[in-house]
Amino acid sequence: MNAVLKIILQRLALGVLTLFIVSIVIFLAVNMLPGDFAEAILGQGATPEAVAAIRRDLGLDQPLVVRYWDWLSGVLQGDLGNSFAQANFSAFVGSESGGNAGVAQQIAPRFANTMFLAGVTACIAVPLAVGLGVLAALYRNSAFDKAANVFTLSSISSPEFFLAYVLILFLAVLNPMLPSLSNIYPDMGIAERLQKTLLPALTLTLVVTAHMMRMTRAAIINLLASPYIEMARLKGVKPLRIITHHALPNALAPIINVIALNLAYLITGVVVVEVVFVYPGIGQLFVDSVKIRDIPVVQACCLIFAAAYILLNLLADILSILSNPRLRHKR
Amino acid sequence: MTRISRRGLLTTGAAAGVLAASGLPLRAQAKRGGRLRVGLAGANSSDSWDGRTHSDTFMISAGQGAVFDTLTENAADGSLRGELATDWEASPDAKTWTFNLRQGVTFHNGKSFGADDVIESLQLHVAEGSKSAAQPIVSSITEMKKTGDHQVQFTLAEGNADFPYLMSDYHLLMYPAGQIEEAIANGIGTGMYKVQSFEPGVRFVGTRVDSHYKDGEAGWFDELEFIAINDTTARMNALMTNQVDAINRIDFKTESLLKANPQIRIQEVTGNQHYTFPMLTNVAPFNDVNVRRALKYGINRQELVDKILLGHGQVANDTPIGPANQYYFENMEQLAYDPDQAKYHLKQAGLDSLDIDLSASNAAFAGAVDAAQLFQASAKAGGININVVQEPADGYWSNVWLKKPFCASYWSGRATEDWMFSSAYEAGAPWNDSQWDADDSARFQNLLIEARAELDSDKRREMYHEMQQILRDDGGVLVPMFANFVEAMNTKVQTPDVIGNLWQMDNSRFAERWWMS
Repeated sequence: MNAVLKIILQRLALGVLTLFIVSIVIFLAVNMLPGDFAEAILGQGATPEAVAAIRRDLGLDQPLVVRYWDWLSGVLQGDLGNSFAQANFSAFVGSESGGNAGVAQQIAPRFANTMFLAGVTACIAVPLAVGLGVLAALYRNSAFDKAANVFTLSSISSPEFFLAYVLILFLAVLNPMLPSLSNIYPDMGIAERLQKTLLPALTLTLVVTAHMMRMTRAAIINLLASPYIEMARLKGVKPLRIITHHALPNALAPIINVIALNLAYLITGVVVVEVVFVYPGIGQLFVDSVKIRDIPVVQACCLIFAAAYILLNLLADILSILSNPRLRHKR
Repeated sequence: MTRISRRGLLTTGAAAGVLAASGLPLRAQAKRGGRLRVGLAGANSSDSWDGRTHSDTFMISAGQGAVFDTLTENAADGSLRGELATDWEASPDAKTWTFNLRQGVTFHNGKSFGADDVIESLQLHVAEGSKSAAQPIVSSITEMKKTGDHQVQFTLAEGNADFPYLMSDYHLLMYPAGQIEEAIANGIGTGMYKVQSFEPGVRFVGTRVDSHYKDGEAGWFDELEFIAINDTTARMNALMTNQVDAINRIDFKTESLLKANPQIRIQEVTGNQHYTFPMLTNVAPFNDVNVRRALKYGINRQELVDKILLGHGQVANDTPIGPANQYYFENMEQLAYDPDQAKYHLKQAGLDSLDIDLSASNAAFAGAVDAAQLFQASAKAGGININVVQEPADGYWSNVWLKKPFCASYWSGRATEDWMFSSAYEAGAPWNDSQWDADDSARFQNLLIEARAELDSDKRREMYHEMQQILRDDGGVLVPMFANFVEAMNTKVQTPDVIGNLWQMDNSRFAERWWMS
């Protein structure tokens, strides 16, 4: 067990370093974009005086290094800061209070929505993909296998918005079963919330299933050629039992890895689906913030995205180690 | 007492854009009840109940249109009527204005409305550090005096006959004095709807107050739900699948799908929103009026209306004064596409041909780059070679507009002529995007100042007509077209015969004016 603990600590330390580097890259990248917050927020109404006033209020006239350091030292103390939009708004109102919540409070409800959507999608997609993968391996090269492959591969090859509109066409317009608008809000009951989330969740399911299913199928088929499977087959074990009891446990490591990768995608890559279904998740907030160059919010979102990748990959590695006795017990 | 009627307009430009005239008396049909669900573009996660920050349809409709009131209101027919003010009176020089306020009005928290609320609410816009878009309006007031519990007297730095119109600006919301921070945080106004829930950039739900001074005239819905849908396709889908009852800014390209649905109707009005190509009149070659005239003849306006607006607009005559304005010069002779005239004016400028850059980006208006290319093709016949420079949308307003000598731009228009001219055509104004000044036309600048304080409506009309003529002939801004406000709604949503054309969605006052059948 100690070995596992050591790996966790090592990986977490590396993760923190990665986050640090990500934050620098994002900070530089956003600064390299043309225009800044003052120009973006003022738009056509920008006068040099107003731009200068906003820059002064928000400290945008400071050198890059100073601004980055200010932000970093805040984060190290657990303070994600105030979004520029809110800071500018308080300066506008001339008071500190005016509904002024920090970046954390701004992101929290959006992030919770994103996690909800990711959760619902995962509940549908993971069992579906693994189940399809196992069946495809079992009946490999059959009509079922080919049909499953064609269907999942064509859905992963289509752009997300296209899948979304196809689903809307069939499930909302032609057969009005599900709402095309997923505008969930906090005081909504769980049943209504699930109903409103179903269409985006189905769209995302179509996007992520192929990858997981193909990996499950490939990993199992790979093992089916091993001598120990042949042994099992020779002693007369049924094909399904061979797969579930002998092949699957050994194929878990790659499957878990690909699931983790897809779960991370569900958190970080759903912007398009959120826009199509008007789902109030973090992706939309992120895009809005990049548009107006609201660096504190962009940074916070990126940290969350990067952390999701790091943690899910870490989790996947740990689970693969635990699922594999050879890795669990070091020689 | 100076009330200026814009009824005359109805018989002209505005009426052409008003659809579905039933001829029945409208109030007879309106009835209370129902929940209106609207999908609106123009929402941001930084939205709040602070009127100083309002700039797009979602918050204008929720702020001035539902939760708050202003002193005056632009009626759908273009006339001005009192909202929280009942009547007003000017001194002969239009410098001192006395407003009588409505009595017996209460805020949603029970506080009664009076003169202190007006003064404190207006002062917000000139507070230290305030960046209110209405700051120029309020800073023109040198003194605000409470002359009674329900009377306020404003003294202006210079006479302004349009002052009551300015008080209908959607930024100038009335908050309860002494509780303004709370009112901004929670949305406490005197409007017909009080806030039930509000998530910035996502959703607003309002419920009808029990009794209101507009009872019987407006405010028919029991409940409102505004849903922020910034994506055009999602908005169209939401209406098609009956998730919402009405939407703003429809997508012209898929308009036929809406038209094919018998449950949906489309409503459009031509207002003052206009798309422009400003030239800097202090930069060569645009400092030569003949070059500007050549360009005015080199653009095919009707083609732009047909291809860029897909017919949802009307050709314009290089002035920013449109059908929603009081002194719109409707019968002024229209500039037409005429390559020979363009060549003639080039020759007058001493040129055989002209090579110029035109900077454009779709940040200026939807289809601006296409419009520039159409302009390029039509101008070629007149000996003008336009090189279209496609600029990045990011930073367009800071790096291109007002900086590049010839570019694409847009204006949403203003309720009054003076307001529009002093924003974009007065010498020295920060947004004077053609650098138009007394060197170009001293007459124009003189008329601008003279007309501002003129209380006689006939004299003003003459002056504003002359100014429109000057802009058409010599002006530095090419205004090829007015773009309609187009919205779509379920047929169960009823609207009055006349729809406001100052801003989208019945001047963003649909929550008060529309009803469920």
